[in-house]
Amino acid sequence: MIETSQPPRAADMTQAEPAVRIEAVHKWYGAYHALKGVNLDIRRGERVVVCGPSGSGKSTLIRCVNRLEDHQSGHIVVNGVELTGNLRNIDAVRRDVGMVFQHFNLFPHLSVLDNCAVPLVLARRTPRAEAEATARHFLERVRIPEQAHKFPGQLSGGQQQRVAIARALCMQPKIMLFDEPTSALDPEMVKEVLDTMVALAEEGMTMIVVTHEMGFARRVADRVVFMDQGEIVESAPPEMFFANPASERTRAFLSQIVH
Amino acid sequence: MTSTTSVVSAPIEVLRPPVAPRRSAFTLLFGDLASAGITVATGGLLVLAAPKMLEWAIFDAVFVTDDPRACQGAGACWAFVADKLRFILFGVYPPEEQWRPLAVIGLIIAGVLMTLSPALWGRRLVLGWGLIIGAMLALMWGGFLRLAFVPTSSWGGLPVTLLLAVLSLGLGFPFAVLLALGRRSAKPVARVLSVFTIEIVRGLPLVGLLFVASILLPLLLPADWTIDKLGRTVAALTVFSAAYLAEVIRGGLQGVPAGQDEAARALGIPYWKTVWHIVLPQAIQKVIPPLTNTAIVMVKNTSLVMIVGVFDMLNAGRSAATDPAWPAPYAETYLFVAAAYFLICYGISRYSLWLERRVRERDYR
Repeated sequence: MIETSQPPRAADMTQAEPAVRIEAVHKWYGAYHALKGVNLDIRRGERVVVCGPSGSGKSTLIRCVNRLEDHQSGHIVVNGVELTGNLRNIDAVRRDVGMVFQHFNLFPHLSVLDNCAVPLVLARRTPRAEAEATARHFLERVRIPEQAHKFPGQLSGGQQQRVAIARALCMQPKIMLFDEPTSALDPEMVKEVLDTMVALAEEGMTMIVVTHEMGFARRVADRVVFMDQGEIVESAPPEMFFANPASERTRAFLSQIVH
Repeated sequence: MTSTTSVVSAPIEVLRPPVAPRRSAFTLLFGDLASAGITVATGGLLVLAAPKMLEWAIFDAVFVTDDPRACQGAGACWAFVADKLRFILFGVYPPEEQWRPLAVIGLIIAGVLMTLSPALWGRRLVLGWGLIIGAMLALMWGGFLRLAFVPTSSWGGLPVTLLLAVLSLGLGFPFAVLLALGRRSAKPVARVLSVFTIEIVRGLPLVGLLFVASILLPLLLPADWTIDKLGRTVAALTVFSAAYLAEVIRGGLQGVPAGQDEAARALGIPYWKTVWHIVLPQAIQKVIPPLTNTAIVMVKNTSLVMIVGVFDMLNAGRSAATDPAWPAPYAETYLFVAAAYFLICYGISRYSLWLERRVRERDYR
């Protein structure tokens, strides 16, 4: 049996403890080696953009941070709680970590308001009225309070993604994961979503963003991480990353996506 | 930008889609040789059969009489159906107590009405149905508050048909959900158990299952464990409907994108709440037509309980028609019972169409 002591909460942590510590993490899908010994520490309040070609393991990496995928070796510690098979640890981590998906993953049978309020009721047992008030507050913050009564299918992609951000924020996470949040959007809608994310970054949210939006990386990121074939190839502040990439692979990748 | 000004400033002509030419009824019926042939053949059949049918069902029919001999040599004996109406509807339930099954029918109608609007679906509705079913069984049984006790062997007719349908579908549904989830589960024990149950039950004819429940089960259980025959029949029908509903629901679950479950997990929503509030509502919306189909099939399947001696509406009608005082009015009785089944099933069918439209309107532009 696993020792199930109360998982330590963020308050117990010293300031030196990183928000996310990823240590020698390996992950296989069947025989396919998706992550090959990844090391990455993310400080509190840090904004990290992860980029890399498709299949490089960047989505897998952030999906390991809230245990949507499990890693087979190495350590992932989120806010001082190590992710293992222990369900209470997983719950504790998911309480602190919000996630935004490429395809929004809003609940189509619930109104916009319910998309934000119902998870609070189900996951936190928040009283209904309080949950709705919180939902309205965050819909206001992503600037779509007037769509609250509509259903996700009636909104544009950009609006849906902003609702998805509001839904994640309702849970008052300490860390936000973004998995290619603008990749499924029509070009004219990318900006409204990025603007929302910039606003969030300016408030000091710890963010890990998988994206190809290099403009966003330049403007917001404290660090850009380049992954290729399951490894972190390069990790540098954006000015250095873009002006003077150390690795040949990074240079090849940048030449393909930066025009 | 300037190059587009001339286009925009020109008056905009509103174009309507061209109207498809209407085909006249004549071309539809006689447009080509095949159509004409089919029209003539079916028309001919109608001309041959319709007068006889009308003659039997209306012109020569006996609608009102107290005397069975009046039906001798006449057309349809609708008077018989009127005379035996109470027997067909309530079977051998004591006549002076028949307000009770009538009230049960009323309860079922009330329950169905309050289930119609999806806005009311939820825990309270499940609770409401629990109360309704409890009240129905209590009313039928009696044995309290000066209500005479009526054993299930005296229950019969429409309330039994409705009870069997509602109970087998209502009790079968939660089992079906568990079986469907189990079949998709990553846990081998749950998966094997679900697949095994579903395949065994689906591989058996319902009649066989009814025989097992009514004959084999009492032999296998300890002698002092007497389970009521109606109860065993309900059990067999429930297992049967659960297996079929499970496959329908599984189809719906497969249609719910994995991202829904991932989003719920990322938000920290516990597994069973995710199933109940996030995944199942979407899964069921996707399978309304086959669910309706299963419900209709189950309503009609209840008529098979006749072979293990349960007195449902069809069985009551059949025994009514054996009354030697009347000239064997089987056709009239069966037509009447058929009409009752048709009304129920047609109602379910129309309701599901309405439900589908409602879901579609809400979800997508």
